[in-house]
Amino acid sequence: MAKVTYVEHNGKEHTIDVAEGLTLMEGAVKNMVPGIDADCGGACACATCMIYVPEEWLAKIPGKEDMEETMLDFCEHTQANSRLSCQIKVTPELDGIRVSLPESQH
Amino acid sequence: MSTSGTNGIVIIGAGQAASQAVMSLRSEGYEGPIRMIGDETEPPYQRPPLSKKFLAGEIGFDRVELKPAEFYANAGCELLLSTRVAAIERAKKVVLTSDGREIAYDKLIIATGSRVREINVPGFDLEGVHYLRSVADVHEVQKNFKPGAKMVVVGGGYIGLEVAAVAKKHDISVTVLETAERVMARVVDPIVSHFYERVHREEGVVIRTGVTVAGFEGEGGRITRVVSGEGESFPCDFVVVGIGIIPNTELAQDAGVTVENGIVVDEMTRTSDPDIYAAGDCTNHPNGVYGRRLRLESVHNAIEQGKTAAAAITGKDKPYNQVPWFWSDQYDLKLQIAGLSAGYTEAVTRGNPAEGRNFAVFYLKDGVLIAVDAVNRAPEFMTARQLIAKQVKLDPKRLADESISMKEIASA
Repeated sequence: MAKVTYVEHNGKEHTIDVAEGLTLMEGAVKNMVPGIDADCGGACACATCMIYVPEEWLAKIPGKEDMEETMLDFCEHTQANSRLSCQIKVTPELDGIRVSLPESQH
Repeated sequence: MSTSGTNGIVIIGAGQAASQAVMSLRSEGYEGPIRMIGDETEPPYQRPPLSKKFLAGEIGFDRVELKPAEFYANAGCELLLSTRVAAIERAKKVVLTSDGREIAYDKLIIATGSRVREINVPGFDLEGVHYLRSVADVHEVQKNFKPGAKMVVVGGGYIGLEVAAVAKKHDISVTVLETAERVMARVVDPIVSHFYERVHREEGVVIRTGVTVAGFEGEGGRITRVVSGEGESFPCDFVVVGIGIIPNTELAQDAGVTVENGIVVDEMTRTSDPDIYAAGDCTNHPNGVYGRRLRLESVHNAIEQGKTAAAAITGKDKPYNQVPWFWSDQYDLKLQIAGLSAGYTEAVTRGNPAEGRNFAVFYLKDGVLIAVDAVNRAPEFMTARQLIAKQVKLDPKRLADESISMKEIASA
């Protein structure tokens, strides 16, 4: 279990207890956090689940694989700390993580 | 709000489009009651994983359901599961369930999806003959997953090939029987079909094309072999049949709503009845990119039409007009398809489908990009999605030239 805070583009925060093994995308989608579309349900096929991860947390997450890297290139609002939330699995190390959501996923 | 009345919205169907419609109705500001009627025991869930990770046993139902159980109650949506709708009475604006309930609506969304096409040969009802569309189906198929078991797959489309790939990982011997001359003939070009035949064979699957199934034979009521129309016998412990789907349009048709290759809707998902909308697999809808009507079997279409129906019901104009896209996961192959290639005049290959496991095929019609099949080539897929929408002419030589990146091609 890890406490995850999703911060919408408008500043609104949602703090959710997400079970280990779920992805950050699932934590958001299952708890009605707006701002993550996840059109393909987590198959790394659509790049609509993008989030910004603060640097100090990036180090605690396995790096991007090729597919994620290339999909991210096509997101509208990609920044250096962008990740696809469907590729990040929740572990106890991520307890307290805060991630921000982009203006839109399209 | 363009809905008045107290009966609220009724949604027939409890799948992808239905679930999206509920989410979107609330986010569009609709505050009245919503009732969703589904004939499965489960609340809405994703179907794509059923022939992939869910079948493989890598994830459970909790990872497949679209929303946790509390979501619907919290959203003021009543779920009526394990309930079949017997008829729609448009004059009274009620829906009749098979157990005799009358459920009144102000607006109705038909999101009945599709059902599997059943094979009509002798022995069709032998034990061990399976289809794969629902969670219940998967549980039945999984009972046969034992190392060394022999599976025959009837149908070399998405379902057949995905199931074959999963079964291979479980040490099951797999034979795929396909009537057409190549696999996935409905959805991809021959170049891509042959690539998939090569990879499946490399993985140890027997793929037989140009084979028709004449019947299933068994002992003691249980299947023991598949017999082909060409006189061959394929011994097996169980069979999975994946030969396509049929849209569930009967309720609409019986109620006098216009149906033709799907429930006919406009770009706002409105049917021929002003109080009835339809979304998802069951619809025939106009597409502006291709200038023709389409019936699509895809998650993307279900999601987008669910959103469009909710917008239309709440009085907003958000016409649905997008480039269709699809995906399939088999082994380490990620197939991503954007657009529809029917009617192409030129196919341009980027990369080498004869070796390795990544390449893309672009389909042009009179020079304009209309579709792409990309295998482990996300940039090709994502770029093409954007370019197809713009309906631009592209130079085939540049598309085939891997020294020019997709980004450069897009910005030219």
